[in-house]
Amino acid sequence: MAAILGGLPAPALAFVYLVAGVLFIQGLRDMTHPRTAPRGNLISAGGMALAVGVTVLVTDILSPILLFAGLLVGGAVGVWLATTVETTEMPQLVGLFNGFGGGASALVAGAELIDMFGTGSFQIGVTATAALAGIIGSVTFWGSVVAAGKLHGVVDDSAVRYSGEQAVKALFLIAAVLAGAHLVTRPNLLGAVPLAGWVPSYWVLVAAASILGVLLVVPIGGADMPVVIALLNSYSGLAAATTGFVLDNSVLIIAGTLVGASGLILTVIMCESMNRSLANVFFGGLGETSESDEEMEDIYEGNITTTSPEEVEMTLDVADRVVIVPGYGMAVAQAQHAVAELAELLEGEGVDVEFGIHPVAGRMPGHMNVLLAEADVPYEKLRDLEEINPTFSQTDVVIVIGANDVVNPSANDAGSGPLAGMPVLNVGEARTVIVNKRSLSPGFSGVPNPLFAQDNTNMLFGDGKEMMQELVNIYKENH
Amino acid sequence: MTFVQNLTFFVLAAFVGYEIITKIPTNLHTPLMSGANAISGITLIGSVVVAGSGSTTLATALGFLAVVMATVNVVGGYLVTNSMLEQFRSGDDRRGRD
Repeated sequence: MAAILGGLPAPALAFVYLVAGVLFIQGLRDMTHPRTAPRGNLISAGGMALAVGVTVLVTDILSPILLFAGLLVGGAVGVWLATTVETTEMPQLVGLFNGFGGGASALVAGAELIDMFGTGSFQIGVTATAALAGIIGSVTFWGSVVAAGKLHGVVDDSAVRYSGEQAVKALFLIAAVLAGAHLVTRPNLLGAVPLAGWVPSYWVLVAAASILGVLLVVPIGGADMPVVIALLNSYSGLAAATTGFVLDNSVLIIAGTLVGASGLILTVIMCESMNRSLANVFFGGLGETSESDEEMEDIYEGNITTTSPEEVEMTLDVADRVVIVPGYGMAVAQAQHAVAELAELLEGEGVDVEFGIHPVAGRMPGHMNVLLAEADVPYEKLRDLEEINPTFSQTDVVIVIGANDVVNPSANDAGSGPLAGMPVLNVGEARTVIVNKRSLSPGFSGVPNPLFAQDNTNMLFGDGKEMMQELVNIYKENH
Repeated sequence: MTFVQNLTFFVLAAFVGYEIITKIPTNLHTPLMSGANAISGITLIGSVVVAGSGSTTLATALGFLAVVMATVNVVGGYLVTNSMLEQFRSGDDRRGRD
């Protein structure tokens, strides 16, 4: 293989990498509009094919069969996972892919170290960046595996907190940093005493960082997953970028950094949407219920109005404008198709229907948008928080389906509750609010929702999919 | 290349990334994340290099494993992003299709 382009000079290779980098940037630029986004994804994939292809061609490959076996196995697994996934399993799949990228970076750094130590040359720039790639890559891999496990329901998705938690995490971080320091300083300080061929201190670092990755994500509850997934996405990019420093490879640095920036921006957006700091998400104690059950009963007692699909249909009959607010409950019930059908029926009768989507509704950034897109809801109908909030006062009916904390008006009150200051959808300003939920149980924040007790709120208790389907059927009968 | 040259790439790419990503609407955040995720599979290049040139069996084995993982990331990532994006349609498209 190497013979084909083996003589390709370094500047030519660097030029091809530059082209690949430009394709990645253009691909991301096309992501700014749904119409151009599919093309952007293709352009980005083209950049990847180009960069990988040329690398395979110019690298002196000692064992081409092994390399192609690896590409084939990985490609087959990737195709299989991507084509068999259910839309509802999308968050955990994205999380898992993410972890694989990070894990690969950690392994590459390790293999490169072994190679370098084998030749007896120790470059501090390489050992230091390899240590960094090892830590970030391992945290990304194990953190993503745990996050995917939580999203898939195989790992307990509640916020698991224990005493001394921060100290334990700090301990493993220190262990990883110490192993990294050993890796960097020892060959230089004691140049005459080479490390064992397999570079043991690197693997100590990987082990410590792996445990750290698990410990970081285990305590985080399901509703904070959008932040975690976005941050791990950023890490996988940073791991690739640091690997680029190890291998002196420009396209790795450019592409990895783009991903790192993208993940970081999403992380910041998610945090701002919850009015919480990143530190609070990772180390804070949300989930400690601040209100007792009795207080909850006090708020709800005698103030809850329940309704039925028949009554909801009558309310919708006289509505001119309806806003649907979905939450994670819609994803769980897989009610998006029934919801979309209802929206289409209403539109057919001349009703103005829009969807109000909170940035952290669901389990990953933009989760609700993907689900509704799958159900063929046009993207013009999907409105974000800033756009939809001013319109609630002119809205006849709001249907909240499977959302709780993101429509909790107590977030607007000055106070110190877990939700205080979080931007929420002010659905209570609409003439009538229909809330479809299984029960009155609190959301992730653990605080009661005064919205449910409001005079203009009617509770439609039951499974989201069943209720929406029933509503659709009744609506069809009467129109 | 020197460390400083690499750092130059890093810093400039970070600014470019910031400028582009902040313009992407919330609607597309999941495909963005998934697509960016596929790009982070660029580490496949590094995997190919070490898998191909590994001087010891251990380095080659690690490289092989890295190639498998990174390829899953790349291939799966682009495919999933593509199928997600295919579903984003505007009202006009929908009317056109019906």
